Amino acid sequence: MVARDLDYSDRFEVITLPGGDSIRLAGTTGPRRSSAGGTAAPRGGTQGSLNYPLYQALGADFALDITAAGDTTLATLHDIAGAGIRRTLRVRLPRSSDPDFRQAVHRLADQALQAAIGTPGIAATRILFVKDGKVYQIDQDGADQKLVSSSDRKAMSPAWASDGRHFAYMEFQAGKGWLYLQEMGGGKRTAVSTTGSALDFTPAFSPDGQTLAFSRATEEGTDVYTINIKDNCCLRRLTVGRFSDNLSPTFSPDGQRIAFVSTRPGLPQIYVMAADGTDQQLFAPFDYGVTGASNAPEWSPDGQSVAFHRDVAGTLQVFVLDVRTRTVRQLTSVGRNEDPTWAPDSRHLAFVSDRSGYRQLWIIDLDTGRIRPLLQQSGARLPAWSPRLSEATSSTP
Amino acid sequence: MKSVSLLLALGLGAAVIAAAACGGNPAPQNTTPAVDTAAENQRMRDSIAAAQAERERQEREAADRAARQREADAAAGRASEEVRNTLASMIHFDYDKSNIRSDDMGTLDQKVAILQANPELRIRIGGHCDERGSDEYNLALGNRRAQSAKQYLVSHGIDASRIETQSWGEEKPLVDGHDESAWSQNRRDEFEITGGGDNLKHP
Repeated sequence: MVARDLDYSDRFEVITLPGGDSIRLAGTTGPRRSSAGGTAAPRGGTQGSLNYPLYQALGADFALDITAAGDTTLATLHDIAGAGIRRTLRVRLPRSSDPDFRQAVHRLADQALQAAIGTPGIAATRILFVKDGKVYQIDQDGADQKLVSSSDRKAMSPAWASDGRHFAYMEFQAGKGWLYLQEMGGGKRTAVSTTGSALDFTPAFSPDGQTLAFSRATEEGTDVYTINIKDNCCLRRLTVGRFSDNLSPTFSPDGQRIAFVSTRPGLPQIYVMAADGTDQQLFAPFDYGVTGASNAPEWSPDGQSVAFHRDVAGTLQVFVLDVRTRTVRQLTSVGRNEDPTWAPDSRHLAFVSDRSGYRQLWIIDLDTGRIRPLLQQSGARLPAWSPRLSEATSSTP
Repeated sequence: MKSVSLLLALGLGAAVIAAAACGGNPAPQNTTPAVDTAAENQRMRDSIAAAQAERERQEREAADRAARQREADAAAGRASEEVRNTLASMIHFDYDKSNIRSDDMGTLDQKVAILQANPELRIRIGGHCDERGSDEYNLALGNRRAQSAKQYLVSHGIDASRIETQSWGEEKPLVDGHDESAWSQNRRDEFEITGGGDNLKHP
């Protein structure tokens, strides 16, 4: 599991070296670091006494040695070039039958990654998605899929709160849309006030968790609104597009700005405004009459990018906008690719693709371009990647 | 209606028979010769025959009236059904567009006439999209499509309060399928009656 987590971080090349103690090694290529990791060796005989020159000759930068000692698990990260131990992590893993076991191992992998390269990983994260009108969660490695929505109405557009403890989503029925907040652990559900009388959709939390931005479709068209969800008050309309639609808000991580979709140029394109609705302007450049419709923006957790999808020659492709330079880059070109959502490391995106013949969730690493399927099930859509989940937030009933 | 006219016709027939019987009553007091009696009998028979003929004629007429009524009722029903169908006929949209196509204006004009001829009639317009566009954006687009049709009807004199709208996005396709023939049928507005839909009159 740890080896797979490190592999999926796309920061290492992890390869298996045949051998009795299942040592895994990696070769170095380009800027990618390589790592060597040992899976749980029952006797832990190699700890602290690795053959560093051998691993160095094999091109490894790090070796990870994991040992179980009673109820404590010891993970030792070796720095091969430095020929010494970089860090020893001591954790108490729950029993493998415990529902939190997998997340605990994921957190260990994230700590090991942090120790190696100074950046936290994304192993202890989950992705919410919609399938057959229900919201499901799944671990980022594709394990532990669970149903989390409980209503018979059609669910859409799940969105995480930045604390990882709540999510918002929309329930759709007969042209009306209700917004709900739900706790991740207990599943307690609260309706957002004032919703349901109109078609309310695409909820998005502000980073401080106090405000929910959403789209509301009325006879006047669709506009972006915000509501204070802490006090359940203060509904505010941010856009007034009598002849255009404004929708799909997403907050910048500092909470100062909101990117959204507007049809004011005709086709929907990506716009940005201050969080109070002022200073509305085009965000992602496009060629009038040439560039296709652009939708589903999501601001990256590091604030530097906005991912979205754009119609290219009649099908959708994932793009990333560089917030500083306001230039766009097309990430996908095979099949139909839509609804990108950022991992907390701001370098992985989950998205919906039909490249395998049916629509399912895939994950792309922006730095290497490596793409892997998250699910092997058709019909998944509207994914939302969680923030990093701490111990308290990762347990499920 | 038809049962009432039928009873009335039978009543008339009975009255005629009674009159014929009364006409026969004075006969025994008559002292005229047998020839006259024979003539009288003949007159009575003629009278009875005439009464019967009259009754049969009236019965036929009543049956005809009933048949005509049934036919009229059926025609009215057919007309109401026809109006209902005309009202329900869908309009369609180009990809990612919400403007009313010129080939759909006639369809909407018929709905204007029907709404004018039936002032109690209230409708709901549902806007739908194909699966090709963005899932969430389609909720806004479906809303636009329903609004477009409503605005057309309102601009042709129909009171806005008689028309509800709703968006279905791409959540309720009419036709399953992943090609343009399915998509073009799914990009549509549906029209349903929400009130005053009994005995719709032809415009």
